[in-house]
Amino acid sequence: MKSEELSDLENSFNKLIKRVADKKADSEEFTLKLSSERSQFTRFNQAKVRQTGIVTDGWVELTLMSNQRTAFSRIPFTGNSEYDIGLAIAALEEMRKEIPQLPEDPYLVLPTGNNTSREIHQGNLLAEEAVATSILKELDSLDFTGIYAGGAVIKGYADSCGQKHLFTTDTFSLDYSIFTPEGQAVKGTFAGSHWDKLAYTAKIKEVKQQLDLLSSTKPKTLPKGQYKTYFAPAAVAELLSLLSWGGVSESDLQQGNSALAPLSRGEKILSPNFSLKENFQTGLVPRFNELGQMAAFELPLIDAGKLVNTLVNSRTAKEYKKTANGANHYESLRAPEIIPGNLASSDILKILDKGLYISNLHYLNWSDRPTGRITGMTRYACFWVEDGEIVAPIENLRFDDSLYNFWGKNLLDFTNFQEFIPEVGSYESRQLGGSMVPGMLVEDFTYTL
Amino acid sequence: MLSELKKALTAINLPVDWIGIRAVRETNTTRYVRDAMPQANGKSFTMGAMVEVMVNGCLGYAATNSLEQRSLLAAAEKAYNQAVAASQWWIYPFQEKSERPKVVGEYISPYSQPFNNLSPGEINDVLVKTCKALKVSDKVVQTVAEATSTEKESWFISSNGSEVYQKFLLFSNYHGAIAQDGAIVQQRTNNGWQAQCYQGGIELFLQPDQWQSVELIGQQAVELLTAEECPSICTNLVLAPDQMMLQIHESIGHPLELDRILGDERNYAGGSFVKKSDFGNLIYGSPLMNITFDPTVSGEFASYGYDDTGNVATKQYLIKEGILQRGLGSLESQARIGVDGVACARASSWNRPPIDRMANINLEPGKASFDEIISGIEHGVYMEANRSWSIDDQRYKFQFGCEYAKLIENGKLTKTLRNPNYRATTPEFWKSLTKVGNTSNWEMYGTRSCGKGEPNQAIWVGHGSPICLFADVEVFGGGS
Repeated sequence: MKSEELSDLENSFNKLIKRVADKKADSEEFTLKLSSERSQFTRFNQAKVRQTGIVTDGWVELTLMSNQRTAFSRIPFTGNSEYDIGLAIAALEEMRKEIPQLPEDPYLVLPTGNNTSREIHQGNLLAEEAVATSILKELDSLDFTGIYAGGAVIKGYADSCGQKHLFTTDTFSLDYSIFTPEGQAVKGTFAGSHWDKLAYTAKIKEVKQQLDLLSSTKPKTLPKGQYKTYFAPAAVAELLSLLSWGGVSESDLQQGNSALAPLSRGEKILSPNFSLKENFQTGLVPRFNELGQMAAFELPLIDAGKLVNTLVNSRTAKEYKKTANGANHYESLRAPEIIPGNLASSDILKILDKGLYISNLHYLNWSDRPTGRITGMTRYACFWVEDGEIVAPIENLRFDDSLYNFWGKNLLDFTNFQEFIPEVGSYESRQLGGSMVPGMLVEDFTYTL
Repeated sequence: MLSELKKALTAINLPVDWIGIRAVRETNTTRYVRDAMPQANGKSFTMGAMVEVMVNGCLGYAATNSLEQRSLLAAAEKAYNQAVAASQWWIYPFQEKSERPKVVGEYISPYSQPFNNLSPGEINDVLVKTCKALKVSDKVVQTVAEATSTEKESWFISSNGSEVYQKFLLFSNYHGAIAQDGAIVQQRTNNGWQAQCYQGGIELFLQPDQWQSVELIGQQAVELLTAEECPSICTNLVLAPDQMMLQIHESIGHPLELDRILGDERNYAGGSFVKKSDFGNLIYGSPLMNITFDPTVSGEFASYGYDDTGNVATKQYLIKEGILQRGLGSLESQARIGVDGVACARASSWNRPPIDRMANINLEPGKASFDEIISGIEHGVYMEANRSWSIDDQRYKFQFGCEYAKLIENGKLTKTLRNPNYRATTPEFWKSLTKVGNTSNWEMYGTRSCGKGEPNQAIWVGHGSPICLFADVEVFGGGS
């Protein structure tokens, strides 16, 4: 984003904060959360452009707290101060009428503290008009599908205590799959803050080599059963993502919603080779949460198989008498990292010997959350391996297995290298960050269909 | 709003074949209570417009949350630049007359009472009372109750004279309980997670049998703690309409989307086992299977008059007597693939472009009563309410789990079963459809969160179905 445009938006946000603060009664507290983006979305199929456009979006969420009650209102943030302030004041007045009608919230947490931060990460992205050509001209006749998403993302926070944060970043992600005529595919991502043409060219060259491997042999159909399996980092990231949905959250643990409850109660164990932490050192996502609190740069969650911390926000801390650790509203993972193991890249196939090499997984869900059981599908660039050599790609298999098996007794090792798997989601707005994960080798992984 | 949009449209001066503006104003109100304590009370208001242009058959768009004329003009220019920049690489030459035909009309959701007929305080009182009613035992460790209402208006105008106004009133009512006894944890909700979704006003909030039904949910959560595990066996499977919703959605709706068959979704949601040549030929299921795309059902969650490119929405058979008839494809997809489709180009909001989507996808009723279906089964399992779902990217191999089940023995529902799951492949499963319930057991549900598309979009869909019997299905229980 151009610095003048960013400066205008920041000024508009500052004016909004001031006007809301001026309107605040002594008995009231507030928080203001900002999310804004300027994004280009160019969608591809068969190495052609299917849809392309620009989205200019933004909102602020004003939360008002008064007399042990609270309400929120999310309204557009356009950068036109007069208009935005008008919406905010109208929302404030409406909430003032509503709040007295609401039940008391015994675990309401008011903003406190004096945190401030300002992080501006400028990038060097492709010009909007250059995206299609820059990406597609490298592809020759490849059957390329996916999406380029790029532009500026702004996250901000302010409250009635005077806390204030601003985090802006210019990023792009190219999330793609390239198919063989038989329907096999290599999936990948190319992401960052600076478009590097040489790196992109090298990535596509690497993909072409993988496609040759996929095209050379017919896919093998395997019967259901248990197979020794290597999961590449992208597949590990998919498995890890479920821990944000009924896993590491303290409130989920307290309310019967967590797959890690048996671990917490000491009924089940995980492998001493499995360690997980939140790691904000990379600076790819803001550390502040919905109350302006800063998470520690690092927070171990599972250390050598033991649950040493859960994600605890201030509300959960108040309700269950725990210590808050800067977790967000959902107590979900924001910057997860699985600690690498000892398996060298050159040894993966040799030690796998006979089994499955899984590059990607798809559509995961808890099949029985209280016991940690997850089902899902293999997807794209998955191979059958014999005598330490790739034999053939496979027809996709459904799996159904418990994390207490694949991160527990059946975990053989993690790789000694990690990959950063970027978060490319864009449901509400373009997501930031990603997970840092190694590959992993597992004994007797259960495939069911 | 309309006059402002028209002014902007008139002021746009660009060398384009066609230009359209689609504006959306939406207020979503959430009231959520857990364990009788308020967790969220608030509104999300969004407003903006997408300007779309067609230049030599290429489409470009730009969306903005500012409806000032200068913002709309700037968006038009950006959209134009996008279309021009992509022209060398464009996938298919669209035409104004066939892909953006002129349409004029209006649709308004049916309702009898506006949302503000109940105050925020009154709604919270009901939600708190619901939580208390759900807590039938100390073994209930969590209760939740949520009411979500949406008021959404959209305007679509274009350079070839289209003018469509639609107003949607959407309401969702959700509550549930989690019961725990040591390591055993069970959940029961009103028809699955946020499945009670309808078009209408606040009259949908309180049903005649509300408190009986709420208490039963709490009791069943506790009952499941001591229930037998669902057996692992191939047997007759009877699915209630609140699970049929998910079954139809995942194994019929998504595979019939033409953009999946065209490959647009292969990088994200996936493709389909259905091929272009299957339309008109493929035996998708048993002759009892009649599936419709029907956005005309009053009160069903995804009813509408026009899709987001202005195509008029009508009821169409997708599958008739088991044979695949047509796809879920917009005018754009129909032109690209040469297969009949429906009015299903839908966008989640002003900031996302329309893509092929389900609306209401329904299984038409057959002839069997609930008793007739159950009484004819020597051994089987009856399952209600979805709790787990997963299907492959071709929509072929699926595994679904439910909250609550009953064993069927000698024509009667007997023991309660917990952790009921089943898995199959789509064609095999639908060919095993043996009995279809009648209008007396036909029910409709919906969801707000069908995810698809790049950039990602979550949209609302509706599904109606009677109870159904499937023969010889692999069912199984939970545990590691």
